[in-house]
Amino acid sequence: MPEIMYREAVRDAIAEEMRRDERVFVMGEDVAIYGGAYGATQGLLDEFGEERVRDTAISEAAIAGAATGAAMCGMRPVAEIMYVDFMTIAMDQFVNQAAKNRYMFGGKTTVPMVLRTEGGAGRCIAAHHSQSLESWFTHAPGVFVVMPATPYDAKGLLKTCIRDDNPILFIEHKMLYKEKGEVPDEEYLVPLGEAAVRREGGDVTLVGYSRMANRAEEAGAALAEEGVEAEVIDLRCLRPLDIDCILDSVRKTGRLVVCSEGYQETNFVCEIVTRVQRFAFDYLDAPIERVCSANCPVPMSPVLENEAVPTAERIAAAARRTLARNV
Amino acid sequence: MAKAKRKRKSPAKKKAAGTGGGKKAAPKGAKKRLTKEDQIGLLRRMMEIRAFEDKVFELLARNVLKGASHVSAGQEAVAVGACSATTDRDYVTSTHRGHGHCLALGGDLRLMMAELCGKATGYCKGRGGSMHIADVSGRNLGATGIVGGNLPVATGAGLAIQLQQKEAVCLCFFGDGASNTGSFHESLNMAGKWRLPVIYICENNQYGMSVSIQRACADTDICARGRVYAMAGAKVDGQRVLEVRQAVLEAAERARAGGGPTLIEAVTYRYRGHSRSDPRAYRTKEEEQHWHERDPILLFKQDLMEEGTLTEDAFEAVQKEVDSAIADAERFAVEESPYPDPSEVLDDVYAGWVETEKGLVRTETKG
Repeated sequence: MPEIMYREAVRDAIAEEMRRDERVFVMGEDVAIYGGAYGATQGLLDEFGEERVRDTAISEAAIAGAATGAAMCGMRPVAEIMYVDFMTIAMDQFVNQAAKNRYMFGGKTTVPMVLRTEGGAGRCIAAHHSQSLESWFTHAPGVFVVMPATPYDAKGLLKTCIRDDNPILFIEHKMLYKEKGEVPDEEYLVPLGEAAVRREGGDVTLVGYSRMANRAEEAGAALAEEGVEAEVIDLRCLRPLDIDCILDSVRKTGRLVVCSEGYQETNFVCEIVTRVQRFAFDYLDAPIERVCSANCPVPMSPVLENEAVPTAERIAAAARRTLARNV
Repeated sequence: MAKAKRKRKSPAKKKAAGTGGGKKAAPKGAKKRLTKEDQIGLLRRMMEIRAFEDKVFELLARNVLKGASHVSAGQEAVAVGACSATTDRDYVTSTHRGHGHCLALGGDLRLMMAELCGKATGYCKGRGGSMHIADVSGRNLGATGIVGGNLPVATGAGLAIQLQQKEAVCLCFFGDGASNTGSFHESLNMAGKWRLPVIYICENNQYGMSVSIQRACADTDICARGRVYAMAGAKVDGQRVLEVRQAVLEAAERARAGGGPTLIEAVTYRYRGHSRSDPRAYRTKEEEQHWHERDPILLFKQDLMEEGTLTEDAFEAVQKEVDSAIADAERFAVEESPYPDPSEVLDDVYAGWVETEKGLVRTETKG
């Protein structure tokens, strides 16, 4: 199978869907001539032209809102917000208009739009360009939140999202754009709401998503050297959430570590904790551990940034804490 | 694009706002297209909106109707004049003060009243209420509770029209308050740059809740803001239904021909407070009296009577029909319509997915 970069997978997904469906179009800051701040829309302008690949002004509210209106009028916009941190400007349009219109209008409209953005730390560019804000959006009924960790999932999920009839926040990770992975030549889709088991094991369950799924996998490999078999789950989608995949694993391992690059307090993973204690309470052999980013704005200094954001070592340490409790 | 720009009329050539008294000859273009019945139809629509909202106010006072309700009494000519200039291919976006927009588009009084009462038979199954009436299949893309919230959405509707190469426009209502939001400026810039077929119509009722435009705006000439976003502008007397209609007709014609967006400022006045609890301490009785003398229904009735289009008897007959329709809507909404089934509270959050105790699961069919 050929290997391509994550950013190429994103680009290929959009291109394939634009070829397939003339209702699909792209707009955002620097998406056309520049090809996207992280290169995820490179080449689209050449193939599809200025009508369907649109550079916008720096107007996040207008980008998100125009996507909403266009979606309600029969188009399938794929709009880009350059950093998830900039979603603050687009917030009203996305969570008050796009997210709610279907429900508030009695189910009589659909808003089939994808807002692509990216988040995460790793480039020492501080807290206006490094946050992981997905938990703000899982708190908004009416939207889906999708966060792929591999090129395969990025392509397959983005294609699914473009075909879905709901407003979707598709959050890529800035440190993954150049990561390579196997992606088949033939067409495929990855369904929404299905997690992937990255590593099987019976001792402890590690749940992550986006870059933290990769770090959980690294932690799983480190634990294996110590004789601990971790099961590593990549959520891929936060909403809809594949809770059954997590429950099945916890019923097997009895121990759970949930990982997120978002700030710790009221992080989305707290929802996982709630559901696991509700549906698998009797199977738990240790308190659930969470590994999230520190409750401070993501700092610039590499030393501080590294301290603030979960590492594979910290995930492995959390797993060891659950294992220290013998029942 | 340059050609379209040359074709645009200079805003300076437009009539300045007639916010003062005095009669004006009705615009000829609009008159030509309107039969006697059409004109009485416009009058009737304004009367329906007034009567509907009077009834809403009464039901609120009697606590039959719950929730907030922002009524537009005094502003009817803007909604009716503007919507009368649209076709069945055009879209409209509305505001938190949007009853008039929905009714002016031909909205059903029964479904409107039922929605305000939170009934299952309402436009939105009782989920939205007064501030969220929508009828997307009926080209009303909805009202919004966020001031300025629909300006970007309307811009997107215009973008869809352009991409689909349709001969349609999107008519975007908003108020003077919204003209100071970031969304206003982002949207007008986008529409101006891309020459989108959007008609932004500012219902300048001169107050954002309690704050007057003099206290809120660095420059109160809202219409002039269109110029910096490369769009045509028109300032019209929002109390004169045919003047509003004419401005929107011209803007729509230009937009359909690829001439891009227009910003229309219709100067008007809301008689009642922002909402039920507003004592209107921020303005004088004299000011209110001045605007009541320029009542849009009264002015149009006088025009039609002077022209011999309408008699006092005919007017009374229309009023009776309107009152009867409102009574019917009230009966339908209050007495005959059921509340939604509580078990449906989670329906329609998503297309194709439904919320369960364990989270979202796919429904069998997509859509």
